[in-house]
Amino acid sequence: MVGIIGYGTQIPRYRIKVEEIAKVWGADAETLKRGLNLNEKSVPAPDEDCATLSVGAARNALVRAGIDPALIGAVYVGSESHPYAVKPTGTIVSEALGICPHVHTADLEFACKAGTEGMFIALYLVKSGVMTCALAIGADTSQGAPGDALEYSASAGAAAFIMGRENIIAELLDTHCYMTDTPDFWRRENAHYPEHSGRFTGEPAYKKHVFGAVNAILDKTGMKPEDFDYLIFHQPNGKFPVQAARQLGFTEAQYHYGLLTPVLGNTYSASSPLGFAATLDEADPDQLILLVSYGSGAGSDAFVFRTTERLLKNRDLAPKVRKQLDEHRKYLEYGVYAKFRGKILKPE
Amino acid sequence: MNIPRHWRETPERYRLEAAKCRKCGKIAFPARLICPDCGHKEFEKINLSGKGKLLTYTIIRTAPEGFEDIAPYAVGIVEMEEGVSVMGQVTDCDPEELKTGDTLVTKFRRMSEEGKTGLIMYSYKFVPDIGV
Ligand SMILES: [Zn+2]
Repeated sequence: MVGIIGYGTQIPRYRIKVEEIAKVWGADAETLKRGLNLNEKSVPAPDEDCATLSVGAARNALVRAGIDPALIGAVYVGSESHPYAVKPTGTIVSEALGICPHVHTADLEFACKAGTEGMFIALYLVKSGVMTCALAIGADTSQGAPGDALEYSASAGAAAFIMGRENIIAELLDTHCYMTDTPDFWRRENAHYPEHSGRFTGEPAYKKHVFGAVNAILDKTGMKPEDFDYLIFHQPNGKFPVQAARQLGFTEAQYHYGLLTPVLGNTYSASSPLGFAATLDEADPDQLILLVSYGSGAGSDAFVFRTTERLLKNRDLAPKVRKQLDEHRKYLEYGVYAKFRGKILKPE
Repeated sequence: MNIPRHWRETPERYRLEAAKCRKCGKIAFPARLICPDCGHKEFEKINLSGKGKLLTYTIIRTAPEGFEDIAPYAVGIVEMEEGVSVMGQVTDCDPEELKTGDTLVTKFRRMSEEGKTGLIMYSYKFVPDIGV
């Protein structure tokens, strides 16, 4: 038996509303909000990045797991906004958590899917018996080009999961991955902002891979959409996951807790992992959860988890996702947001 | 800050590593080789909890090089739960709203960087304790 023994999240305090961005670019906020099912997004403070959010989330996961950090044999950080092009995030995070030096670390990158990639590897390493525990983190402080549609959604956050074989709060039942080479979104080395080919967004990218992974895992497990208590899809906006869920035969009650994009934005590698954490915050024991990520380029990882009795006492030990989303928000004006995100050009 | 010094200070900056005197129990942060109270040389390694009360603070309005963009910001002295005082920047808040006696907690944050292509220095900073 393998599964999650602790989870933790970190969401920045700062927010910017769709109206505030739309006003600068002469766009119609109401149309955008309706079209994207998105109202506001998180913004990292100037001193927050993928590494700091990862440490915050992982510290909360360690508190919930209640284990000695030295038991963690691997640390995987999935992100498309690693602080360095060359110098690992994983060692910074491991050092801050007190896991160094006897640990395997790797930085993963797969657009918005890097977080669940780490979860996949960590779960199977622990299952294989190579190590007692492994830590997987999805974290991003992503940027959309000024005025681009992605600027309304690209946000920041992190979710961390510690995998183990004992004291499990959500047991892994099965996984399925679905990948193809798809040219929907990319960022070249040294490019500040990503580019996307509008034609490949949606149907041949998000939908094809999410549907591919969901249908395959339903086949593999012999389960039907109605067998699941909860569902979390990757959320590039608030619209895609809702449409996909409905077309696949899922209902609002199943994705309700996990759908965070309308008030959080797209946290990229942390998107579906944060939705999963928000669902664990609310689920009852012995419930089935389907988690499906999506990363451009492209692919989806699907996981089936079953919660255990232990989840109930474990989850109150660290702050829940909704608390971080709903309390102590600080709203930014576009100018301060642009400064925070390094969008203002200054002389060297 | 130069790179060797930043690297040397990793234990205290990254995870609040302190030294507790095995003879008199005095906690030194950062760790020391000789107990300032009793002169003993054996210590137990502990990590501070990160929680404390703001004893005093000042607001930096004319910031040193590399910190101009975040001014005004507060730097405070915090009495940690373990009894030691720790100085650090207070972030994620309006410095005008701080009060002595406020409960603060540490977070792992970016402290500085050596320009846009140089090393990024991480450290603890204080934030108001809002339960997250
Ligand atoms: Zn002493």
